[in-house]
Amino acid sequence: MDVLVYMIPIALFLGTTGLCAFLWALRSGQYDDIDGAEYRVLMDD
Amino acid sequence: MCCADIAQAYVEAHASWSEANTRPSLKRDYSAFVERAGGVSRVELAVEGVRCASCMNAIEKGLLALAGVTKARLNFSDRRLAVEWEGDALDVGAILGELDAIGFKAYPFDPRRPDVAETQETRRLIRALAVAGFASMNVMLMAVSVWAGNISDITPETRDFFHWLQAVIALPAAAYAGRPFYESAIKGLRSGRVNMDFPITLGVVLTLIMSVIETAMGAEHAYFDGAVMLLFFLLIGRVLDQTMRRKTRTLAENLSALRSETAARIGPDGAIRDVPLASVDPGDLVLVRPGERVAVDGIVERGSSELDQSLVTGETKLVAAGPGDRVYAGAMNAAGALTVRVTAAAKGTLLQEVEALMTRALETKSKALLLADRATRLYVPLVHAAAALTLGGWLLAGAGLHASVLAAVAVLIITCPCALGLAIPAVQVVAAGALFREGVLLNSGDALERFASVDTVVFDKTGTLTLPEPSLAGGVYAPETLAWAARLALSSRHPMAGALAAATGERQPFEAAQEAAGLGVRAVVDGVELRLGSPRFCGAEAEAAAALAADPEASVICCRCGDEAPVAFLVRQALRPDAAETIAALKEGGYRVMILSGDRRSAVAAASRTLGIAEWRAEVTPQDKIAVIESLKAEGRRVMMVGDGINDAPALAAAHVSLSPVTAAHVSQAAADGLFMGQRLAPVTAALAIGARARRLMVQNLWFSAFYNVAAVPLAAAGLLTPLIAALAMSGSSLVVTANALRARLPAGRARAGKPASRRPAPAPHPQTAIA
Repeated sequence: MDVLVYMIPIALFLGTTGLCAFLWALRSGQYDDIDGAEYRVLMDD
Repeated sequence: MCCADIAQAYVEAHASWSEANTRPSLKRDYSAFVERAGGVSRVELAVEGVRCASCMNAIEKGLLALAGVTKARLNFSDRRLAVEWEGDALDVGAILGELDAIGFKAYPFDPRRPDVAETQETRRLIRALAVAGFASMNVMLMAVSVWAGNISDITPETRDFFHWLQAVIALPAAAYAGRPFYESAIKGLRSGRVNMDFPITLGVVLTLIMSVIETAMGAEHAYFDGAVMLLFFLLIGRVLDQTMRRKTRTLAENLSALRSETAARIGPDGAIRDVPLASVDPGDLVLVRPGERVAVDGIVERGSSELDQSLVTGETKLVAAGPGDRVYAGAMNAAGALTVRVTAAAKGTLLQEVEALMTRALETKSKALLLADRATRLYVPLVHAAAALTLGGWLLAGAGLHASVLAAVAVLIITCPCALGLAIPAVQVVAAGALFREGVLLNSGDALERFASVDTVVFDKTGTLTLPEPSLAGGVYAPETLAWAARLALSSRHPMAGALAAATGERQPFEAAQEAAGLGVRAVVDGVELRLGSPRFCGAEAEAAAALAADPEASVICCRCGDEAPVAFLVRQALRPDAAETIAALKEGGYRVMILSGDRRSAVAAASRTLGIAEWRAEVTPQDKIAVIESLKAEGRRVMMVGDGINDAPALAAAHVSLSPVTAAHVSQAAADGLFMGQRLAPVTAALAIGARARRLMVQNLWFSAFYNVAAVPLAAAGLLTPLIAALAMSGSSLVVTANALRARLPAGRARAGKPASRRPAPAPHPQTAIA
């Protein structure tokens, strides 16, 4: 069961990273225009 | 939600009457809409007709090409465009002009609109959802390990370690993510009510406390996973609900920005500025140009014109207005410019009488108990009684305090209204989405279930059964005459000219056309003078009189080409294209259909004859309308009122449920439960069909939740509830309820209720839909 000592922190770290990434995306306005994003891919700037 | 549908509906609803607001040639001053901060100016615009990537690209690229523009970003979801530029490099008129050149109409927004709180609430809920999601996944990961370990070879030390880890994740997460529920429960308790959030709060808090105690005692089971999963599911319901309401409101706000939300105020220095309605004060002078809607109530100071008061009184004939006459917000100015002294603006832009009637109507409106409230009222005492009985029963049976409390808390956990909390919002969200595709915007989610109980439908005539704009009627006109008359009409802002212009595909006005205020338009083409306007202007009194004799309900607009004989065009408010089928469908569905109109007897009689409506009343006042609705209610009828005028507002408020076309007066829009877009009347039947189905699904969901509780409570009371069973039962019931709610998405035509169902052909694809 020694493996738990590594696995649990790693799992929690990865999970927290995902959560932080989502909160960052939310804050930076990436969810403000969900319908528009699908069209913006097609634009060539 | 298909964007093309919405865009189509937008265009249909606004194609005709927004023109005067955007013509760059009008030279308006929009500075009241511009926010200035740190040398950067910013304006927000509602844009009409955006439907694909190329539109978005064209708008953004086109605006960025303007000198000084630093940012132009179009939000596709809510059809709003934010433009920023440096200093005073350009004005909003130039931006609107550029957009107009690209082919889009846009309208500035009042930056003071207070939807900041709303946005923050949505963000808070989404953050809570994210935290709950993170916590429930990680806690579940460890909970599953413990369940597996419990039936194999987990050591008590490892199990305790896992339980403590779960506690470390679950406790802060629940403290953060559960706040929306705790706050609402406390607020409810303070005002002496027990709302649905109370059992949620109680369940979550007790579960957590019990789990910590169990963990400390080294017990086999802890319920952290159940508590956070519950929050996660419930937050999904809340977020869905909030997003739906916000989206509905944003689009409704866009629509109202497309309306005459501004007034052209004449300053003390004589300069004319366009200002938001909110900053017009009584006593101000306001200019109303030809073809514009009057935005305020007031008294005419200067100028004379004819007004189309159909939105105010239902009367379709034009009324003359001159100095000293009263004008009301919502009237359409036809021929001449008017200077109006404001008597009331943003607040109370309607007759005092109507306002008083509406207040009274809203007070007496039957407070029909909504399904959700009724469910809560039944549910909360039952559940708490069951928990108390469990506790008492085990104690009496001599099971000891620990085991008894454990069983009682298990009852509270398993009955925590997970399915119940999703049962109604999920259906509301899905059904509102379905209605939206049919072109109906709901003002409130609970209107849905009221649509279900309707058995009588009362229509207003003008603007509701008929189109809000007049159109060309009767007679056969020579195509070439019609073509050049329409081209001339493009240069006029008179509503009757608009009808003529809309009757053909002509889009090229004559360059030399000149508008003679109050008379008409003239242009000299190839040495021949073309005229369009009043019979006198065209020397066509005889023709006009003959045409009117044939159709006394219509109005007439004349044209003359050089010395040729003049032609009189008949213009009238036509019935909506599908009015007859809609009425037939309603009658077939067993609804009692009536017309209550403020218009003249002959006009209403003609409409009811065409539509086959036996019950109708004409020349009714707002009081009469309310009285009829009240007497129908007294007969035990559930009335749906469909109307658009200011004179309909009290009746809309008094009816069981009400709909307004999107072109309705402000007060009516505010009084109605929903708005429908476009030229068709079909959304009325769609609303009834979808409402009926939504209610059926809600009731099904509530019954399912009840059965689930009936099955689960004895299990919990018997002390057999392990965390595994709790997790399966809770997520299983939530899934079933959500899946059932999704059935509200099915096309309205497949409604099984035996009520009329609408089958709307898909809107014709717009040429711009292709991605260039």
